[in-house]
Amino acid sequence: MNFPLESFNAVSAANPWTYVVFGLIGFAFGFTLEMSGFGDSRKLAAQFYFTELTVLKVMFTAIIVAMVLLFGAAGLGILDFSQVWVNPTYLWPGILGGLIMGVGFIVGGFCPTTSLASASTGKIDGMFFMAGGFFGAFLFGETEKFFTEWYNHAGSLGRLTLMDVFNLPAGVIVLLVVLMALFMFWGSEQLERINSKRDLNKEPKLRYAGAAAIAILAVGVVVIGQPSLETMYNRTLINRTLTPEEAGLEPVKVQLSPSQVLAERYVQITPVELYASIYDNSLKVVMLDVRSEVDYNLYHIRGAEHISIDELTTYSKDLVAHYLPNRVIVLMSNGETDATQAWQLMVASGVKNVYILEGGVNNWIAFFGQDDPAIQPASLTGTDETLDYVFPVALGDQYASCDPNPQEYEELEYEPKIQLELRRDKSGGGCG
Amino acid sequence: MSTVAPSKPKPNFLHRPRKPYAHPYFGGAVLGVVLFLAFLITGNGLGSSGATSRIAVAVEDVFAPSHVDNTPYLLNMAGGDKNPFDDWIVPLFFGALIGGFSSGAIHGRLKFETTKGPNISTRKRWLIAFIGGTIFLYGARMARGCTSGQALSGGATLSAGSWLVMLSIFASAYAVAYFVRKWWN
Repeated sequence: MNFPLESFNAVSAANPWTYVVFGLIGFAFGFTLEMSGFGDSRKLAAQFYFTELTVLKVMFTAIIVAMVLLFGAAGLGILDFSQVWVNPTYLWPGILGGLIMGVGFIVGGFCPTTSLASASTGKIDGMFFMAGGFFGAFLFGETEKFFTEWYNHAGSLGRLTLMDVFNLPAGVIVLLVVLMALFMFWGSEQLERINSKRDLNKEPKLRYAGAAAIAILAVGVVVIGQPSLETMYNRTLINRTLTPEEAGLEPVKVQLSPSQVLAERYVQITPVELYASIYDNSLKVVMLDVRSEVDYNLYHIRGAEHISIDELTTYSKDLVAHYLPNRVIVLMSNGETDATQAWQLMVASGVKNVYILEGGVNNWIAFFGQDDPAIQPASLTGTDETLDYVFPVALGDQYASCDPNPQEYEELEYEPKIQLELRRDKSGGGCG
Repeated sequence: MSTVAPSKPKPNFLHRPRKPYAHPYFGGAVLGVVLFLAFLITGNGLGSSGATSRIAVAVEDVFAPSHVDNTPYLLNMAGGDKNPFDDWIVPLFFGALIGGFSSGAIHGRLKFETTKGPNISTRKRWLIAFIGGTIFLYGARMARGCTSGQALSGGATLSAGSWLVMLSIFASAYAVAYFVRKWWN
């Protein structure tokens, strides 16, 4: 699974050819818009008087073609959908912004990109729309501070797809959208026939073949389905820069499979590294304790949240939806077995920067709690996943070693293993 | 016997015979493939309003850099030594301008003119185009994307929010269309 390409995560002068590729995509975009007649405001405005429905036809053809190809490619394992930018849902700013845009559309006769196609071919009204656009964007930048809370938090639902809303598989939604679009195309043609006396017999017969083809492809997307968690796990690649100690002479950037990463122990961090990262302000460490509630109540690291393996699937979706670039997940169980299982599940779900506490909570206590007279080693040690210590009372995170004193452990040395892997994300939204 | 043919302007790059527009379904299918390729290669879709915003901020940053540094929304794009043009949407924006021009040139549609309804003066058309652009981009920044970034790109990735934005755009455009019908018909 190589697509989308990693090198496009960040566009900057350091990677000049990404400018070229995005420029070419823009070229094709502008070319097709002009080619379809969107440089002419009359063609766009006609949509809203039901005399010519070119806008709807072009837009929905583009949406269904791209959607079918996208989910087809994801189903076949060519493309990792979790790495594709899905516009996060901000309910109320989206709805109000949309309503405002509609007014601008019918008053101005363009939308932003079509005004580019228009202005670039010499249409003076297109140039005026563009100029107005710069002024509007400027006004928004200057007034956002008056409603910034609302803008950033009102109905903020993160990465939410129609599959989540209707609880249906992607293929089914794809097929339904295609059928809806085909019905709308039929309706549009009827409206044009009635309102503009368009002779539908002169329309190319080829459009029926196109409609059949896209419907068949959509059925294909349903049949292929979307990859299971296990398939996703096997297809996942993790980026790491191997240190000179690990790789030999020079640091090397590599892509590793999850099982390689586990076997090479690149993601099992020591108690010392976990402790240091809690105090590292550049990281947001989320500690997840996947042990039984009994063990959690007996003893846990301060700040660790209890979560069962069953809850992890939902939680992982939430993490993917609300992405933070500097968030590091550290999973822990008594040993490593259960934490490793949880790690595999989260990695398969597309969560980035997941680590395991090496040796688990037992190892944490062995390091930080060795001087605590209240905690005694258990006489019998069982499997990897039994707690190796006995506690006089269930104090949770109230033992001294649950939150070791920073002054006591100021100068701890360790080989850092945590490397932040960045995911594609745009702070200002898909449109910039 | 020879007659002198009436002199016609010779077709050149900028003055070709005007060709008809592509069929909507064909244009849409090509656009769909472009959108898919954008997602496949880069993980991002298409857009443009973000670039409008970034260019506006870049201009502000020249005249009032400290104001930009003190406004959180602008700070994100151009604060300190951040370059507001370091974003995928900026090359896409300029590419779209060149692409539109090229298609216009190839199809003989390069011409200084004003596209407007039959019952409105040219000056008034310019005025409402400016006002419409202002309103549209204000809304586009609020919704975090325009017809391309939200409706088209988010529509194809089945983002719930984008479908809501798309419905809102069409709903209000249809609702207002009646009141401005004299501008277009």
